[in-house]
Order: sequence, then C-alpha cells, then structure tokens
Amino acid sequence: MSHLFFGYFAVMIVATSILVVALKNPVYSALSLLVMFFHVAGLFVTLHAEFLAAVQIIVYAGAILVLYLFVVMILNVKQDDRYHSQWRIAGFVCVPLLIEAMVLLSGGAGSRATGTRAAHAPSAEAIAPDNTLAIGQTLFSTYLFPFEVASLVLLVAMIGAIVLAKREIGEPDSASPMVHPKGAE
Amino acid sequence: MVTEFGLRLAISLTQIGAVMCIVVITVLILTLAERKVLGWMQDRMGPMEVGPYGILQPFADAIKLFFKEDIVPAGANKFIFTMAPILCLIPTFIGFAVIPWGPNWTFEINGISVKPFVISDINIGILYILAFASLAAYGIILGGWASNSKYSLLGGLRSAAQVISYELNVGLAIVGVLILAGSLSLVKITDAQAGWFWNWYIFALPAPQIFAFVVYVISVVAETNRVPFDLPEAESELVAGFFTEYSGLRFAFFFLAEYANMVLVSCVASALFLGGWHGPYPGTLMELVGLSSWSWIESTMWFAVKTYSLLFLFFWLRATLPRLRYDQLMRFGWKVMLPIALANIVVTAIAVYIYQQIN
Repeated sequence: MSHLFFGYFAVMIVATSILVVALKNPVYSALSLLVMFFHVAGLFVTLHAEFLAAVQIIVYAGAILVLYLFVVMILNVKQDDRYHSQWRIAGFVCVPLLIEAMVLLSGGAGSRATGTRAAHAPSAEAIAPDNTLAIGQTLFSTYLFPFEVASLVLLVAMIGAIVLAKREIGEPDSASPMVHPKGAE
Repeated sequence: MVTEFGLRLAISLTQIGAVMCIVVITVLILTLAERKVLGWMQDRMGPMEVGPYGILQPFADAIKLFFKEDIVPAGANKFIFTMAPILCLIPTFIGFAVIPWGPNWTFEINGISVKPFVISDINIGILYILAFASLAAYGIILGGWASNSKYSLLGGLRSAAQVISYELNVGLAIVGVLILAGSLSLVKITDAQAGWFWNWYIFALPAPQIFAFVVYVISVVAETNRVPFDLPEAESELVAGFFTEYSGLRFAFFFLAEYANMVLVSCVASALFLGGWHGPYPGTLMELVGLSSWSWIESTMWFAVKTYSLLFLFFWLRATLPRLRYDQLMRFGWKVMLPIALANIVVTAIAVYIYQQIN
C-alpha cells in the first residue's frame, strides 16, 4: 500500500516537474508547480510528517507560488519562446546528471538497502509521541544554531529586498523570527 | 479486513455528507439573513416576495442561478476559467473536516472507534485549515486572469495581494492560542477551554487573547473579501472584480465559496477563542436534568450560537463601514495589525513562561 502511494507521488512529481519547464504558457507552468508541491506534501504525509506537509503547502503553495503567479500576470507574459530553443545547453547539463544518477542507483544498491533501513528507524520512533513536538524540540535544541543562522539570513534578505525596492528606508519591521518565512519572500 | 475498511469508509462518508449538508444549509440561511439584517439596519424590510416573509428567497436565487446561461467570454482561457470556481470552492469545504462541532465523544462500532462530532481529529488541525485557506487565493487570481478582462485581472491581483497580506496576520494571531494550548489539534484546543467562560482563550488568565481575537476577526474579514475590505470586487471601480465575467452556476460556486469561507473562519474563531462547543458554564444543563446522553444538543447549539454571532458581525460591519482605499488597506495590514499580532506573541510567550515558573 505504501509502495503504491510512493509510486504514485514519485511519478506525479517527476511528470509535473518536467511540465513546469516544458510548458510554454507560464501560468500553466506555475499550475503544474502547484500540483508538484501538493504531491511533495503527500510524500511527507506518507512519511508521517504531517507538520512538514502543512508547512510545505502554506509556505510554497500558499505564499511563494501566488507571488510567482502575481508577477507573471503583472508582466503579462503571454508566451515566451526565448527559453525554448536552449536544448543544447539543457542536454549538456542534464545528460551528465542523468548518467550520474544511473551510476548511483545501480552501483549503490547494497548501500541503499542499509541507508533506507537506517532512515526508517528514527522516523518510526519520531511519530510515536507527536511529530510537531519532535520537530520543535530538535529544532530548538540540537539545531538551534543553524536555525538562528537561517533566520538571520532571511532577515538580511528581507532588509535587502526593502533597500532594493525603496529609496528611503522607513521604520524596519520588528525582528522576530516569526516574520521571516513569509517576510523574506 | 475489507468489511472493516468498508464500514470505516461508510462512516466517514456519512459524516462528510452531514457536514456538507449543514454547511450548505447555513450558506442558504446566510444569504437570506444578510439581506434581512442589512434591510433592518437600513430601515427597510429586505426580501418579502418569495414565500411568507421572504424566507424562500434563497431557493429562488439558487434556481435562478442554476438556469442562467453559462457564458464563457471570447478570448478566455476555457480550461482555467472552468477550473477557477472549483479551485475556490474545494479548499473551503475541505477545511470543515477538522472542526469539532460537539463533545469529544468516542463510540465503538464493531471495534472501530468513531468520533461523531469531528470528521478527522488530525494533530495539525489548525495548520491544515491554514494550508487550504491559503489555496483559496488561486481560484480568485486564476479566475481573474482567465476571464481575459481588465477588471477581472485587476480584481484578481488585488485579491492575491490582500489575501497574502492578511493571511499572515491570521496565522500570527492564532499563535498566542497555540502557545496557551500547547497543541495544534482543534479538538485538544477546545477541550482545554472547558469550565466557566473565563477559561475561554479570549479571557484565559496567563495571557488573555483579546487583542489576538480582534486581529483575527479583522484579518478574516479581509481574507474573505468582505466589506470594508472588499477591494477585489469593488463595484464602483472594478464592476465586480474577479467574477465580472462569470455567470450562472460558475458564479454560484464563487458565491458559495465566499459564504462557506465566512462560516469556516467563524467556526475556527469560536473554536480557538470562544471555547468552541463549551457553554459559558461548566458541564451542561442537560446533565443536571439527567439527560446526559442528550447533552450534545446543548453543546452543538452553543457552537452554533457563537458561530452565528460572529457571522452577524460580518453583516454588521457591512452595514456600518465604507470601503477602504487600497493603500489604506495595505498600510493597516502591515503597520497596525502585524505589530499587534507580533507583540501579542511576545507577551503571551513571556506570560506563559512566568506562569509555568511560578507553578
């Protein structure tokens, strides 16, 4: 059952990701990106990471992609053919990556089995009490420093956006980590 | 195994059907109530023609919309034009799955535990609602774009900017409640507010969430595109905003989505801030009389009373306030609402920390 779900989500993610770059209408590209975000969230749900699934949809689908659509519509990009004649560059980048992935998948079969087993053990442990609680505790104890650094980077990005957008800077927003995820977009 | 799965499916479908019926009936009542309340506030009678005292007006409206010609404007993107109303409607209805309508009871039917008053008690309940509420913007923005009309496009773009700005305030306003409750599940949050009415999170002691409640209510009025924040459909500037080109059943979908969204945000507000299905006194009167198996009626009625009071507030605001200008809307959202919501989080967090140290 779980393999079935994984197969469905994986196929849909790959297919919609290809559509994002292959479709000529930018609005359709944005919509296939939306479908892809949903299936990534679905993958998180099958891994019992409901919190991550919800955050995935809120941040990426609910905020970032709406802004993409916003920009596409304001610029009124009907059909941009400039980027559809770059097959040579695309092939140059993608063929080595594909070969690399093939080599990894075929050569690393033995190591993959142990890898998945190792990945399964902690996840089964983590779902037992409360997934959200577990993420919060890990984030604010083990990974406190990287978390704070990430929030600082987002703050810098936000200030940079304000400086770029406006000549004279008004009063800056109060510096609480809660504003960063959306404020930095 | 198969029968167990089938039974579970049947129970869930029954619950979903019941909730859908209640929501659609509530929307029908709301369309009539809005016109009646607005009429009374403006010293008129409201609709009086269809049925006694005009109470059959919603059915007349529904039949009229159903039989209207379905027009797709020339040059419109037909696929997205058709998808947009559905994209608007689905996220709203999905959100009702985690709303606790009544007591947190559990029944055993053939070894399957059933919670009759909540379709699904998932542990990220409120995040789930926020996630799908944030998707409602797609229906509006795509509907505006696909119509191939400048009024629709402007309405859709305004709406996207407005919904994103005020969504942030909704999310931050409820953080205080989440700190107090220590859970994201709406069932658990409601259970934590049992007892007298001063246990409701709007009054609860370590940090009363009254400012958060005000921020939440103002922000959801903006998020549902209601007066005084109905910039996306400002009649005097944009004809009707993003649904200018829509007619018939597709327009009815947008209409239904807007009203169902109002019901959803009112349900969330009463569950988070106003104690959900708990009355303002401990227990229920039915239990005192000795009819404890019927106490769910009293509980669900309290939930309905709170939700309908909030819905009345929507109509009241519509009758009272003129529309804001666009720059006023943005300035109010980012420079007034956001700092209040952030300050509320800081104060609540400090108060809860001190409270835990004392006890």
